[in-house]
Amino acid sequence: MKKNNLNQETTQELMALNGDEAIAYAVKQCDVDVVAAYPITPQTIIVEKYSEYVANGEVQTEYVCTESEHSAMAACIASSATGARTFTASASAGLALMHEMLFVASGCRTPIVMAVANRALSAPLNINGDQSDSMAQRDAGWIHLYVENAQEAYDTIMQAFRIAEHLDVQLPVIVGLDGFIVSHTLENVDVLSDESVKNFVGERVLPNVLTHEGKTVPFKLDPDNPMTMGPVAMPNYYFEFKRQQEEAMKNALTVIQQVHDEYAKLSGRSYGNALIEEYKLDDAEVATICVGSAAGTVKDVIDELRAEGVKAGLLRLRTFRPFPAQEVQKALENVKAVAVMDKSMSFGGNGGAVFHEVRHAMYDSKSHPFVVDYIYGLGGRDTSPKDFKKVYSDLHLIAHNKRMDKLVNYVGLRE
Amino acid sequence: MEEQKVTTQEWKFTAKDIALKPEGFLPGHRACAGCGPANVLRMVMKATRGPTIVTEATGCMEVVSSIYPYTSWSYPWLHTAFETAAANASGIEAALKVLTKKGKVKQEHIDIIAFAGDGGTYDIGLQALSGAVERGHDFLFILYDNEGYMNTGIQRSGGTPLGAATTTTPAGSVMPGKMQNKKPITDIMVAHDLEYVATATPYYWKDMLQKVRKGLEVEGPAFLHIFAPCPRGWRSEPAKTMEYTKLAVESCVFPVYEVVKGKYELSTPSKLIQLAPQKKIPITEYLKGQGRYRHLFTPQHQHVVDTLQRLTDERWAKLQKKVEQTA
Ligand SMILES: Cc1ncc(C[n+]2csc(CCOP(=O)(O)OP(=O)(O)O)c2C)c(N)n1
Ligand code: SF4
Ligand SMILES: [Mg+2]
Repeated sequence: MKKNNLNQETTQELMALNGDEAIAYAVKQCDVDVVAAYPITPQTIIVEKYSEYVANGEVQTEYVCTESEHSAMAACIASSATGARTFTASASAGLALMHEMLFVASGCRTPIVMAVANRALSAPLNINGDQSDSMAQRDAGWIHLYVENAQEAYDTIMQAFRIAEHLDVQLPVIVGLDGFIVSHTLENVDVLSDESVKNFVGERVLPNVLTHEGKTVPFKLDPDNPMTMGPVAMPNYYFEFKRQQEEAMKNALTVIQQVHDEYAKLSGRSYGNALIEEYKLDDAEVATICVGSAAGTVKDVIDELRAEGVKAGLLRLRTFRPFPAQEVQKALENVKAVAVMDKSMSFGGNGGAVFHEVRHAMYDSKSHPFVVDYIYGLGGRDTSPKDFKKVYSDLHLIAHNKRMDKLVNYVGLRE
Repeated sequence: MEEQKVTTQEWKFTAKDIALKPEGFLPGHRACAGCGPANVLRMVMKATRGPTIVTEATGCMEVVSSIYPYTSWSYPWLHTAFETAAANASGIEAALKVLTKKGKVKQEHIDIIAFAGDGGTYDIGLQALSGAVERGHDFLFILYDNEGYMNTGIQRSGGTPLGAATTTTPAGSVMPGKMQNKKPITDIMVAHDLEYVATATPYYWKDMLQKVRKGLEVEGPAFLHIFAPCPRGWRSEPAKTMEYTKLAVESCVFPVYEVVKGKYELSTPSKLIQLAPQKKIPITEYLKGQGRYRHLFTPQHQHVVDTLQRLTDERWAKLQKKVEQTA
């Protein structure tokens, strides 16, 4: 078991870091064994910064500069299967190129942590931020955590390793940060000492498995205890493998919260209940649901609206996979109209990825609030406080008229 | 099961040595009767020199050996995808390096072997292979070449020879099987400036095992191209598999040689043909009996046989020149 000295007074240092740098710094403190990665905007700063740590001997990490993201993910799976704590980072086209391997990573139960600096997908080519890239990977069996700012990016990386490597989970984790808005924006970030991070993250503990000889051995590629990993499974076994992954996802719901709470005690920083973060939602009549950095803007908008007497609230979805359906349902129980803010499209799907999940979750709610979708910010299109105010005023009308004209709406779009 | 240390003494690969060495690729796998690659894998695993991790690309040999809950592998083994054998090896090597530094690996050294078929090497796996050898990871990449995508039902690959009928290059009334010749994969690997590149066939098994051992002994990447007939895909008699691996050498369709630090050297079976050119057999001796070439033995397609003979001769001449030039 990991030994954690959580009640110590932890001193923290204030650093000026952008989101990418905050991630590189956190990875450095997590004593990661192997990083295998390929550069792509807006993730590049992570791999560049980490390369500096390697070049200056500040880390023991083996850094594999692969020739593609596909190979990066394959190398990560193999490294993790060999017992190494493994990290990578990507975005957009790079993440799409990894697609095949993402399923292999989760299917092989390799607890890799990957930062995704969320960016739009081609075509047309666009290097700016939206969440199309990781939302398109939502069924690949990875845990998805999305952060609001650089501080949370830093804090979430440590938690991600603990969650991924937890014996009840053993799944890979994506930490999503909005491209440019978080990845490239300089912020004040409180960082823990190397020592307290080391104590918090601990060493990677491998699960034990039973060999055909009846021996209990650590789950890794080891000439002393040969094991066949990544086999073929026919219809007589494949299904059970997949069912086990779903069970691990369920377990993750609890583990994500436990790890978050433990980290909160250590650092003094918390993000809602780790799955969702509520902002003035208790008595809210109208609410939006955001993933990522937009929540920051919306919080300001809510303060202004509240001053005008509007009962506005926000639910920020921090954990998208596993989807915290019960928590979302409960948090929205007393709201009359809800706008889901989707920073990606699900073409032909009547709304974005988050919208599908939220409406699905609300199907069993007793109060049945109106749930409407707003697609925003694609390809880095700016979404201003004014735009969000408009969304809240739409919600007000929907709640008042008890009628919703359009299921899916677009924010700040020429039509 | 495995020695803890790397064997350093000269290994003679006598029949007795081989018989006494525990199997790495165990019986019970689902390969067809007379399968060339299965023979190759079994023999290759007899040449390991100590603790070894194996990784393998998707393909016939991966599928026949790892059907859960069974396995033919008595060595630690990893499969991730079709195009990833070399990338897997990079990840394993990187992990072993750092874990050794941190004192988390007991063995003083662990060898890494990556197996892939011609599909996983010439075609979809070429980028990962090129990247991994450029980065200089310490592993031996073994291409078992059965000249087609056999696992998916005998489709053409970049390693399928001119004129061979496959299910995506069928012999039709207009087209005589595959219209392009085999990609010179060994030259491509030599061009990466590897310390050790070699070709082998299981007919000359001692030569093959020695080459495996040499590839493992090199510090850094090494590449071994092994000829491995597939009776299913070649429409050939299962009992003739080994014979074809001999005829391929004697016809110079598949010469056996080594390239050590850029220096080409013919291995004995091919060297004997160089010394006594009259021993070189016409390619028809090799082609006949293989159902994939049956359509060539018609007046209509005679020109394809002629072209194949010419290309084979040209490549053989080129190879000999390289031997001369780098001597
Ligand atoms: C990305 C991807 N594309 C296609 C396939 C289907 N596929 C599996 S094995 C194979 C051919 C393997 O050919 P080769 O590497 O020559 O090995 P062999 O089966 O001949 O031993 C193909 C096309 C796959 N598994 N993955
Ligand atoms: S199809 Fe060919 S390569 Fe595959 S198992 Fe059968 S004989 Fe071997
Ligand atoms: Mg093949």
